[in-house]
Amino acid sequence: MPILNVSELRTHFRGERGPVRAVENVSFTLESGETIAIVGESGSGKSVTSLSIMRLLAGGRARSSGRIEFLGRDILSLGEAEMRKIRGNEIGMIFQEPMTSLNPVLTIGRQIAETLILHQHLSRAQARARAIEMLRLVDIPAAEQRIDEYPHQLSGGMRQRVMIAMALACEPKLLIADEPTTALDVTIQAQVLELMADLQKRTGTAIILITHDLGVVADVADRVIVMYAGRTVEEATTKDLFLHPLHPYTRGLLATIAKLGSSLDDNAASRLTEIPGQVPSLHESIPGCAFASRCPLVTDLCRHTAPSFEAVEPDHKVACHHVERRLQA
Amino acid sequence: MTMETPVLELRNLQKHYFLRPDFWGRPTATVHAMDDVSLSLKRGETLSIVGESGCGKSTLGKTIVRLQDPTGGEFLLNGERADTLQGAALKAFRARVQIVFQDPFSSLNPRMSVRETLAEPLVNFGLAASRADIDAKIATLLDMVGLPRDATNRYPHQFSGGQRQRIAIARALAPNPDVIVCDEAVSALDVSVKAQIVNLLGDIQKETGLALIFISHDLAIVEHLTHRVAVMYLGHVVEEGARREIFGAAAHPYTRALISAVPNPTVEEKKPRILLKGDVPSPLAPPSGCRFHTRCAFATDRCRAEVPRLRKIGGDHAVACHYDFSADGVLIQHAH
Repeated sequence: MPILNVSELRTHFRGERGPVRAVENVSFTLESGETIAIVGESGSGKSVTSLSIMRLLAGGRARSSGRIEFLGRDILSLGEAEMRKIRGNEIGMIFQEPMTSLNPVLTIGRQIAETLILHQHLSRAQARARAIEMLRLVDIPAAEQRIDEYPHQLSGGMRQRVMIAMALACEPKLLIADEPTTALDVTIQAQVLELMADLQKRTGTAIILITHDLGVVADVADRVIVMYAGRTVEEATTKDLFLHPLHPYTRGLLATIAKLGSSLDDNAASRLTEIPGQVPSLHESIPGCAFASRCPLVTDLCRHTAPSFEAVEPDHKVACHHVERRLQA
Repeated sequence: MTMETPVLELRNLQKHYFLRPDFWGRPTATVHAMDDVSLSLKRGETLSIVGESGCGKSTLGKTIVRLQDPTGGEFLLNGERADTLQGAALKAFRARVQIVFQDPFSSLNPRMSVRETLAEPLVNFGLAASRADIDAKIATLLDMVGLPRDATNRYPHQFSGGQRQRIAIARALAPNPDVIVCDEAVSALDVSVKAQIVNLLGDIQKETGLALIFISHDLAIVEHLTHRVAVMYLGHVVEEGARREIFGAAAHPYTRALISAVPNPTVEEKKPRILLKGDVPSPLAPPSGCRFHTRCAFATDRCRAEVPRLRKIGGDHAVACHYDFSADGVLIQHAH
């Protein structure tokens, strides 16, 4: 049984000029121990998808519909009290900016212990001991001293390790990491990614990794979901997605990134491939395919009818009217 | 062969920030942000400055556009001292060296229309004779950066991030400068937009012979667009060379680790990653000797005691390391 089953998730925000369609019809499943990456550019809906799963969107303005099944329970219909028992306990979350997501006036030890006292009903002393253990687990040197320090006394990489320690303290079944290494330098990013992979091996946590960095995806994900303007356009195993991308947007995205080693390759293009145009506004309801305005394969059908998200191979789904042409080519 | 005067030449440039003055106003702590940096830049060339946070790359950028004054060394623009200019001469200098910042949301004035933003440098530097002249120059600038001519009466909030960065580039181009410093100018942009701006900068350089200082932490983009690279670590240049020398034959252990840490978007077999231990030390108290020795796998007593000088290892390629390494990163016990 999958840990998480998201089907037909829609999240709209109430805006001054009508609804903002941040997430339109997103479906996927996640198995235990698996890492799935959600990739897309700003405004693609990847972060709103994760916040919808955590039910962290302001109730008055955001509305989610569809089903989010976590271990058989429908998250969207749970009461707030029940949801609070899941958050930070069964589902952990890491955000991009550890400086703003840690509380600056509490020691990191207090912050890690808080979840343990609340969810696991440990005593203060037990929680402190466990917090030290967690800090050691994420390779923080001199954990016994560091535990009494405040976030500003730590470097960016260490703060993100503290966030990971906090998210994993209750041994969640699911960890949502929203751009966990985007704010870090590359050498520190390499350390943090290594650490996350290592912890996953030990604990079997399923991970949803939200990122715009396809390099990180290639390194850590088992499967990839590509989002565009609030919709999923392609889903495949990481290998399949990089070797045989089917959706024109995915192909464009892969072509547009600069790859290391380009100066050593005499055949490398001197210009980067561009995807012309811009992401459509989420204010408009788009009857057809969301990528139609920028797509090289566009036809009238694409402008009027949204393509369905269908499996073309066992582990490869794509939403494109012209995928047959791709497969034949 | 005649030696062309470099557009920009940095000689032992140094910037320290003094903190926590005591009762007498004397500093009790010093941030060694940039030390002993010597670089040069030719017309039509792109020199990239790479390194992690705190390595001094932005300090370098701000110093050469004279947003702050160096605390040591000197630099020259077209062969003339530029770090000591004042008054009218400094104003003239500002027209020659421009900067584009990372975040186009905060670097454009939200209350100024595109026309006002682009007219300001033209009027300020006395580069336009009349209203009609200003309009004509603005139209040319908009064409250069690929914005529609009817953009003139709109305000920054009406544009996307990529378009705003185009406005910032047009503003930098307005006084027809010799050098533009791009400080993480494409880092905040989405990948598809990033490609558009990178291509745009390349096109403009080809057309105008503009020299670029491209400050970035994104090595893949740097490799794509640059001619030369300087790698900085804790305020020092640790390696400098032509693009192929740095990306194909990096000689400094830090450069090798930095390149190896970049996640490559491919599922092909990858080389094992060189993982650096720990964080960059504080520039308040940089390590003795080679500043990289605390994280270097090859560090010896000599590295802890003696600062390595940049030494030529062929062509344009220079490295600040006491030791030599073979092409695959094995230490050759041969000290200089």
